[in-house]
Amino acid sequence: MSKVFVFVEGQGAELKKGSQELLNAARNSGREVVAGLIGPGTKALTGKASKHGAKTVFVCDAADLGHYNPETFGGILEAMVKESGADVVLASSSVLARDLMPRVAAKLDSGSASDCTTLELTTSGVKARRPVYSGKCTAEVEFVNSPIKFVLMRPNQLPVGAGDAAESAPVKDFPAPAQSGKIKCKEMVKGASSKTDLTEANIIVSGGRGLQNAESFKILEDLANTMGATVGASRAVADAGWVPHSMQVGQTGKTVAPSLYIAVGISGAIQHLAGMSGSKVIVAVNKDADAPIFQKANYGLVGDLFEIVPKLTEEFNKALHR
Amino acid sequence: MRIFVCIKQVPDTETRIQIKSDKSGIEETGVKWVMNPYDEYAVEEAIKIRDAKGGGQVTVVSVGPKARVSESLRTAMAMGADDAIVIDTSDYLDSYWTGKALGQAIQKEGAFDLVLTGKLAIDDNAAAVPQIVAETLGIPHVTVVSKLGTEGAWVAEREIEGGAREIFEVQGPCVLAANKGLNTPRYASLPGIMKAKKKPLKEIALGDLGIQSSHLKTRLKDFQLPPEKPAVKMVAGDPATQAKELVRLLLEEAKVL
Ligand SMILES: Cc1cc2nc3c(=O)[nH]c(=O)nc-3n(C[C@H](O)[C@H](O)[C@H](O)COP(=O)(O)OP(=O)(O)OC[C@H]3O[C@@H](n4cnc5c(N)ncnc54)[C@H](O)[C@@H]3O)c2cc1C
Ligand SMILES: Nc1ncnc2c1ncn2[C@@H]1O[C@H](COP(=O)(O)O)[C@@H](O)[C@H]1O
Repeated sequence: MSKVFVFVEGQGAELKKGSQELLNAARNSGREVVAGLIGPGTKALTGKASKHGAKTVFVCDAADLGHYNPETFGGILEAMVKESGADVVLASSSVLARDLMPRVAAKLDSGSASDCTTLELTTSGVKARRPVYSGKCTAEVEFVNSPIKFVLMRPNQLPVGAGDAAESAPVKDFPAPAQSGKIKCKEMVKGASSKTDLTEANIIVSGGRGLQNAESFKILEDLANTMGATVGASRAVADAGWVPHSMQVGQTGKTVAPSLYIAVGISGAIQHLAGMSGSKVIVAVNKDADAPIFQKANYGLVGDLFEIVPKLTEEFNKALHR
Repeated sequence: MRIFVCIKQVPDTETRIQIKSDKSGIEETGVKWVMNPYDEYAVEEAIKIRDAKGGGQVTVVSVGPKARVSESLRTAMAMGADDAIVIDTSDYLDSYWTGKALGQAIQKEGAFDLVLTGKLAIDDNAAAVPQIVAETLGIPHVTVVSKLGTEGAWVAEREIEGGAREIFEVQGPCVLAANKGLNTPRYASLPGIMKAKKKPLKEIALGDLGIQSSHLKTRLKDFQLPPEKPAVKMVAGDPATQAKELVRLLLEEAKVL
């Protein structure tokens, strides 16, 4: 039977949503699913991978893998993919996978397709589409002379599935390879936000220059908190220093694709749209009825954000926390 | 210091994209080409390091049709790079072979200290070429670098999820892919532009690196514009009414909550 290897990432005691989505797609493809997990503590997640559809789980749970290292992670993944015998490798387009996968693919003389938004996986092949030219169009990726096909999927594009398979897939341990010492992560600095990262968030509330100053972001945070959303921003706001650059959405910021994107006091410049036009539903709040953001939005609210946002918080609170 | 910088020429962000009638790609007539914005950070960083370390050579390298990409190479030399290499091909190359071509061309030049690239090309949106260059050269890589220390080892800071950062220490030559925030790229000065015209630009044919554009790993096809969004629904009324109605629409019509 043809096989598919899924690189699975954990988040605390759970699998990342994007990983669950891919396990489910793999499970429904008719292929045999091999899952791979890397990092300390990941052994505790093997049962979860099994429940979401893995028939075999490979794991490298070494204590010194707490910090990401492209060299060691690359070596482990190369060994896992080879051992699996899969000709398709799936991973979520996470920060780590985007760094790691193209190089692992190259080690195996193969090509990779990052940041895909559609996936059709069958027993005989794989088709994916991805945005190109800053999201102004999409194209299908065709694998030609690529013995293994590496596809990185954006999170939130596929259903998660029931996760109701047996928890009993056999687990195989992989050793951590020796390090050359040429590269090491010597420190990890915590970010400002403990919330889901923008690139993986299901709901985003973004603020622009219309908020007038750093302090007003408080009203967006209140709104985001009631909805379980992550807060983003336009470049104008990040450049002004009201929020850190890590919150910037757009061509020179993050590319996001949540189910719901609420743009507050953002005009909708083409470089901002480049980062968020893949969102499923877009809501715009702006006092200028002619703001370009309304051309991209599904729902538009014309008015003063300082009046509208608190009312939104109130209404979402009522609707979601009854 | 011998530093290589990989630069790609891409359509300007304001360019309106038109798809060819056979859907095999975009119409290139009328496109304004510019240096990939992230590559400007890479060029700037290379020049800064060379000058801080008391000299050396910054070589900019690009894969693409010579007549066109030479413009971006000249721009980089006008900013301060010393010389340029163009790997000439008018055919589409995937990330794999682009990375191989760049890596092999750099290897041919002899010893070097650093390769800088952008984190992502805004046309193919791949974020793959830097890692493949590093693999080809057999050296470490760090991507999405927004801060770089150059004392002793390379100390590269990269942003990960939720604004957290990883700080890598790298010994010896490596590939670093630049993110916004690394520096503020300078503009080319008029004397810089004049000087750039006389700086050496070497040409390598893709075939001389043993690479054939017919051996692609991946190809892009069936280009499509995004589906037309349905016209925006304006939610009217006073703020309280607007808010109430929006929540209802999101729950009942869009079903995203
Ligand atoms: C190479 C390049 C890369 C770029 N990359 C990015 C990027 O990655 N991300 C990005 O966002 N931008 C990017 N930009 C910048 C972009 O062109 C715009 O300048 C920026 O997005 C504008 O931010 P804004 O919408 O917050 O501000 P503005 O354009 O000033 O819009 C503010 C909006 O708020 C509205 N408003 C004001 N007061 C209120 C109120 N009380 N209530 C309701 N609405 C109100 C106004 O009507 C206006 O529409 C880039 C530009 C370039 C040249
Ligand atoms: N054709 C090319 N010529 C030179 N450098 C390139 C080319 N393609 C990609 N690069 C480099 O690799 C980086 C990432 O590109 P990509 O992997 O295509 O998103 C770019 O910012 C460039 O620095």
